[in-house]
Amino acid sequence: MRLTEVQTALGLAALTPGAADRQVSWGFCSDLLSDVLAHARPQDLWITHQRHLNVVAVAKLRGVAGVVCVRGQRPSPEVLAKAREEGVALLLAAEDAFEVAGKLYQLLTSAPR
Amino acid sequence: MPAEGYILLRRVFPVPADAIDQAGQVSTEVRRLLRGLGVEPEVVRRAGIVCFEGEMNIALYTKGGRIVLVVRPDRVELLFSDRGPGIADIDLVKQPGYSTAPDWARELGFGAGMGIPNMEENSDALVIRSRVGEGTVIRATILRRSDAAD
Repeated sequence: MRLTEVQTALGLAALTPGAADRQVSWGFCSDLLSDVLAHARPQDLWITHQRHLNVVAVAKLRGVAGVVCVRGQRPSPEVLAKAREEGVALLLAAEDAFEVAGKLYQLLTSAPR
Repeated sequence: MPAEGYILLRRVFPVPADAIDQAGQVSTEVRRLLRGLGVEPEVVRRAGIVCFEGEMNIALYTKGGRIVLVVRPDRVELLFSDRGPGIADIDLVKQPGYSTAPDWARELGFGAGMGIPNMEENSDALVIRSRVGEGTVIRATILRRSDAAD
Protein backbone atom coordinates (compact mmCIF):
# COMPACT_ATOMS: atom_id res chain seq x y z
CA MET A 1 0.00 0.00 0.00
CA ARG A 2 1.28 3.45 -0.82
CA LEU A 3 2.35 5.71 2.01
CA THR A 4 -0.09 8.42 0.96
CA GLU A 5 -2.97 5.92 1.11
CA VAL A 6 -1.92 4.83 4.61
CA GLN A 7 -1.69 8.46 5.65
CA THR A 8 -5.23 9.18 4.45
CA ALA A 9 -6.71 6.00 5.91
CA LEU A 10 -5.16 6.61 9.34
CA GLY A 11 -5.75 10.35 9.33
CA LEU A 12 -2.07 11.17 9.77
CA ALA A 13 -0.69 14.64 9.23
CA ALA A 14 2.34 14.78 6.93
CA LEU A 15 5.03 16.89 8.60
CA THR A 16 7.59 16.33 5.87
CA PRO A 17 6.91 15.02 2.37
CA GLY A 18 9.30 12.08 1.85
CA ALA A 19 8.65 10.05 -1.27
CA ALA A 20 4.92 9.83 -1.98
CA ASP A 21 5.20 6.54 -3.86
CA ARG A 22 6.87 4.71 -0.98
CA GLN A 23 5.26 1.40 -0.22
CA VAL A 24 4.18 0.37 3.26
CA SER A 25 3.75 -3.32 3.90
CA TRP A 26 4.11 -3.54 7.67
CA GLY A 27 4.67 -1.53 10.82
CA PHE A 28 7.45 -1.43 13.38
CA CYS A 29 6.91 -0.21 16.94
CA SER A 30 9.99 0.65 18.94
CA ASP A 31 11.56 3.44 20.92
CA LEU A 32 14.96 1.75 20.94
CA LEU A 33 17.13 3.02 18.11
CA SER A 34 19.37 -0.04 17.93
CA ASP A 35 16.31 -2.26 17.78
CA VAL A 36 15.10 -0.34 14.73
CA LEU A 37 18.54 -0.54 13.16
CA ALA A 38 18.65 -4.27 13.73
CA HIS A 39 15.12 -5.32 12.83
CA ALA A 40 13.05 -2.76 10.93
CA ARG A 41 12.52 -3.42 7.23
CA PRO A 42 12.47 -0.97 4.33
CA GLN A 43 8.69 -1.17 3.85
CA ASP A 44 7.91 -0.72 7.53
CA LEU A 45 6.20 2.33 8.92
CA TRP A 46 8.06 3.12 12.15
CA ILE A 47 5.81 4.13 15.05
CA THR A 48 7.68 5.79 17.91
CA HIS A 49 7.68 8.24 20.81
CA GLN A 50 11.19 9.39 19.98
CA ARG A 51 11.33 12.68 18.13
CA HIS A 52 14.92 13.89 18.34
CA LEU A 53 17.45 14.34 15.58
CA ASN A 54 18.79 10.80 15.65
CA VAL A 55 15.40 9.45 14.61
CA VAL A 56 15.98 10.92 11.15
CA ALA A 57 19.41 9.29 10.93
CA VAL A 58 18.07 5.90 12.00
CA ALA A 59 15.09 6.12 9.63
CA LYS A 60 17.44 6.96 6.80
CA LEU A 61 19.99 4.29 7.69
CA ARG A 62 17.41 1.56 7.83
CA GLY A 63 15.41 3.00 4.94
CA VAL A 64 11.99 2.69 6.58
CA ALA A 65 8.97 3.95 4.61
CA GLY A 66 8.23 6.69 7.12
CA VAL A 67 8.11 7.63 10.80
CA VAL A 68 4.91 8.20 12.77
CA CYS A 69 5.21 10.41 15.83
CA VAL A 70 2.37 9.59 18.19
CA ARG A 71 0.05 11.38 20.60
CA GLY A 72 0.42 14.67 18.78
CA GLN A 73 4.02 15.02 19.92
CA ARG A 74 5.55 17.18 17.24
CA PRO A 75 9.31 17.07 16.57
CA SER A 76 11.26 20.34 16.72
CA PRO A 77 11.67 22.51 13.60
CA GLU A 78 15.31 21.41 13.52
CA VAL A 79 14.29 17.75 13.25
CA LEU A 80 11.72 18.55 10.57
CA ALA A 81 14.33 20.46 8.58
CA LYS A 82 16.72 17.51 8.77
CA ALA A 83 14.00 15.08 7.70
CA ARG A 84 13.13 17.28 4.74
CA GLU A 85 16.80 17.46 3.78
CA GLU A 86 17.17 13.68 4.00
CA GLY A 87 13.86 12.90 2.33
CA VAL A 88 12.47 11.10 5.38
CA ALA A 89 8.67 11.15 5.67
CA LEU A 90 7.61 12.27 9.15
CA LEU A 91 3.95 11.84 10.04
CA LEU A 92 1.99 12.93 13.07
CA ALA A 93 -0.80 10.97 14.76
CA ALA A 94 -3.12 12.39 17.39
CA GLU A 95 -3.67 8.89 18.83
CA ASP A 96 -1.29 6.91 21.04
CA ALA A 97 1.08 4.27 19.69
CA PHE A 98 -1.25 1.37 20.49
CA GLU A 99 -4.10 2.87 18.49
CA VAL A 100 -1.92 3.82 15.54
CA ALA A 101 -0.41 0.33 15.44
CA GLY A 102 -3.84 -1.27 15.74
CA LYS A 103 -5.30 0.78 12.91
CA LEU A 104 -2.27 0.15 10.70
CA TYR A 105 -2.43 -3.57 11.38
CA GLN A 106 -6.10 -3.66 10.50
CA LEU A 107 -5.53 -1.65 7.34
CA LEU A 108 -2.63 -3.78 6.11
CA THR A 109 -4.17 -7.13 6.93
CA SER A 110 -7.65 -6.39 5.56
CA ALA A 111 -6.63 -4.72 2.30
CA PRO A 112 -5.48 -6.84 -0.64
CA ARG A 113 -1.74 -6.38 -0.90
CA MET B 1 41.87 -10.97 6.70
CA PRO B 2 44.69 -9.07 4.93
CA ALA B 3 43.54 -6.07 2.94
CA GLU B 4 44.02 -6.24 -0.79
CA GLY B 5 44.31 -3.44 -3.23
CA TYR B 6 44.93 0.23 -3.10
CA ILE B 7 43.01 2.78 -1.09
CA LEU B 8 40.20 4.43 -3.06
CA LEU B 9 39.29 6.82 -0.29
CA ARG B 10 40.41 7.64 3.22
CA ARG B 11 38.61 10.10 5.44
CA VAL B 12 38.95 11.04 9.09
CA PHE B 13 35.97 12.28 11.09
CA PRO B 14 36.36 13.65 14.63
CA VAL B 15 33.57 12.66 17.03
CA PRO B 16 33.22 14.93 20.07
CA ALA B 17 32.01 13.58 23.42
CA ASP B 18 28.40 14.25 24.46
CA ALA B 19 27.41 15.68 21.08
CA ILE B 20 24.43 13.37 20.77
CA ASP B 21 22.51 15.67 18.49
CA GLN B 22 25.43 15.87 16.11
CA ALA B 23 25.96 12.14 16.22
CA GLY B 24 24.60 10.52 13.10
CA GLN B 25 26.32 13.09 10.93
CA VAL B 26 29.34 10.91 10.30
CA SER B 27 27.26 7.93 9.26
CA THR B 28 25.22 10.14 6.93
CA GLU B 29 28.41 11.46 5.37
CA VAL B 30 29.95 7.97 5.12
CA ARG B 31 26.87 6.71 3.29
CA ARG B 32 26.99 9.67 0.92
CA LEU B 33 30.68 9.09 0.14
CA LEU B 34 30.21 5.36 -0.38
CA ARG B 35 27.25 5.88 -2.68
CA GLY B 36 29.27 8.42 -4.62
CA LEU B 37 31.99 5.81 -5.16
CA GLY B 38 29.43 3.38 -6.50
CA VAL B 39 29.76 0.98 -3.57
CA GLU B 40 27.12 -1.75 -3.57
CA PRO B 41 23.86 -0.65 -1.81
CA GLU B 42 23.93 -3.55 0.65
CA VAL B 43 27.52 -2.67 1.65
CA VAL B 44 26.50 0.98 2.05
CA ARG B 45 23.57 -0.07 4.26
CA ARG B 46 25.73 -2.26 6.49
CA ALA B 47 28.53 0.30 6.73
CA GLY B 48 25.98 2.98 7.63
CA ILE B 49 24.63 0.94 10.52
CA VAL B 50 28.09 -0.03 11.79
CA CYS B 51 29.18 3.60 11.58
CA PHE B 52 26.10 4.93 13.38
CA GLU B 53 26.46 2.49 16.28
CA GLY B 54 30.18 3.21 16.61
CA GLU B 55 29.60 6.93 16.38
CA MET B 56 26.93 6.77 19.09
CA ASN B 57 29.23 4.74 21.32
CA ILE B 58 31.98 7.34 21.04
CA ALA B 59 29.56 10.23 21.65
CA LEU B 60 27.71 8.56 24.54
CA TYR B 61 30.40 6.74 26.46
CA THR B 62 33.80 8.25 25.78
CA LYS B 63 35.81 11.43 26.10
CA GLY B 64 35.64 11.79 22.34
CA GLY B 65 37.49 10.17 19.48
CA ARG B 66 37.47 9.73 15.75
CA ILE B 67 36.32 7.53 12.91
CA VAL B 68 38.49 6.68 9.94
CA LEU B 69 36.82 5.45 6.76
CA VAL B 70 38.94 3.49 4.33
CA VAL B 71 37.51 2.23 1.07
CA ARG B 72 39.36 -0.36 -0.98
CA PRO B 73 38.24 -2.21 -4.10
CA ASP B 74 37.36 -5.30 -2.07
CA ARG B 75 36.24 -3.84 1.27
CA VAL B 76 35.13 -0.94 3.42
CA GLU B 77 36.92 -0.45 6.73
CA LEU B 78 35.76 1.68 9.62
CA LEU B 79 38.18 2.37 12.45
CA PHE B 80 36.82 3.81 15.65
CA SER B 81 39.16 5.10 18.30
CA ASP B 82 38.52 7.06 21.46
CA ARG B 83 40.28 8.54 24.45
CA GLY B 84 38.74 6.34 27.09
CA PRO B 85 37.54 5.22 29.56
CA GLY B 86 38.05 1.82 27.88
CA ILE B 87 36.11 -1.42 28.20
CA ALA B 88 36.95 -3.73 31.10
CA ASP B 89 35.17 -6.83 29.80
CA ILE B 90 34.81 -7.01 26.02
CA ASP B 91 32.87 -10.30 26.10
CA LEU B 92 30.27 -8.61 28.27
CA VAL B 93 29.66 -5.71 25.86
CA LYS B 94 29.17 -8.20 23.05
CA GLN B 95 26.22 -9.71 24.92
CA PRO B 96 22.88 -8.44 23.61
CA GLY B 97 21.11 -6.41 26.29
CA TYR B 98 24.18 -5.40 28.27
CA SER B 99 24.46 -1.63 28.58
CA THR B 100 26.04 0.97 30.81
CA ALA B 101 23.93 3.79 29.37
CA PRO B 102 22.76 6.42 31.85
CA ASP B 103 19.03 7.07 32.24
CA TRP B 104 19.01 10.22 30.11
CA ALA B 105 20.43 8.26 27.17
CA ARG B 106 17.95 5.42 27.64
CA GLU B 107 15.10 7.90 27.52
CA LEU B 108 16.30 8.92 24.07
CA GLY B 109 16.21 5.30 22.94
CA PHE B 110 19.89 4.51 23.38
CA GLY B 111 21.29 1.87 25.67
CA ALA B 112 19.34 -1.09 24.33
CA GLY B 113 22.51 -3.14 24.67
CA MET B 114 22.50 -3.83 20.95
CA GLY B 115 25.19 -1.47 19.71
CA ILE B 116 28.15 -3.83 19.61
CA PRO B 117 25.98 -6.83 18.56
CA ASN B 118 24.61 -4.70 15.68
CA MET B 119 28.15 -3.79 14.66
CA GLU B 120 29.14 -7.46 14.66
CA GLU B 121 26.02 -8.44 12.76
CA ASN B 122 26.72 -5.95 9.97
CA SER B 123 30.47 -6.54 9.68
CA ASP B 124 32.43 -9.42 8.21
CA ALA B 125 35.05 -8.88 10.91
CA LEU B 126 34.95 -6.79 14.04
CA VAL B 127 38.04 -6.49 16.19
CA ILE B 128 37.87 -4.71 19.55
CA ARG B 129 40.96 -3.73 21.51
CA SER B 130 40.65 -1.79 24.70
CA ARG B 131 42.68 -0.68 27.67
CA VAL B 132 40.89 0.61 30.74
CA GLY B 133 41.84 4.21 31.44
CA GLU B 134 43.25 4.70 27.95
CA GLY B 135 40.70 3.97 25.28
CA THR B 136 39.17 1.62 22.76
CA VAL B 137 39.92 0.85 19.13
CA ILE B 138 37.44 -1.00 16.96
CA ARG B 139 38.10 -2.11 13.42
CA ALA B 140 35.09 -3.12 11.36
CA THR B 141 35.56 -4.71 7.96
CA ILE B 142 32.74 -5.01 5.46
CA LEU B 143 33.58 -7.02 2.39
CA ARG B 144 32.42 -5.85 -1.00
CA ARG B 145 31.26 -9.00 -2.65
CA SER B 146 28.05 -9.55 -4.48
CA ASP B 147 27.13 -12.59 -2.36
CA ALA B 148 27.81 -10.82 0.95
CA ALA B 149 25.72 -12.33 3.72
CA ASP B 150 23.20 -10.00 5.32
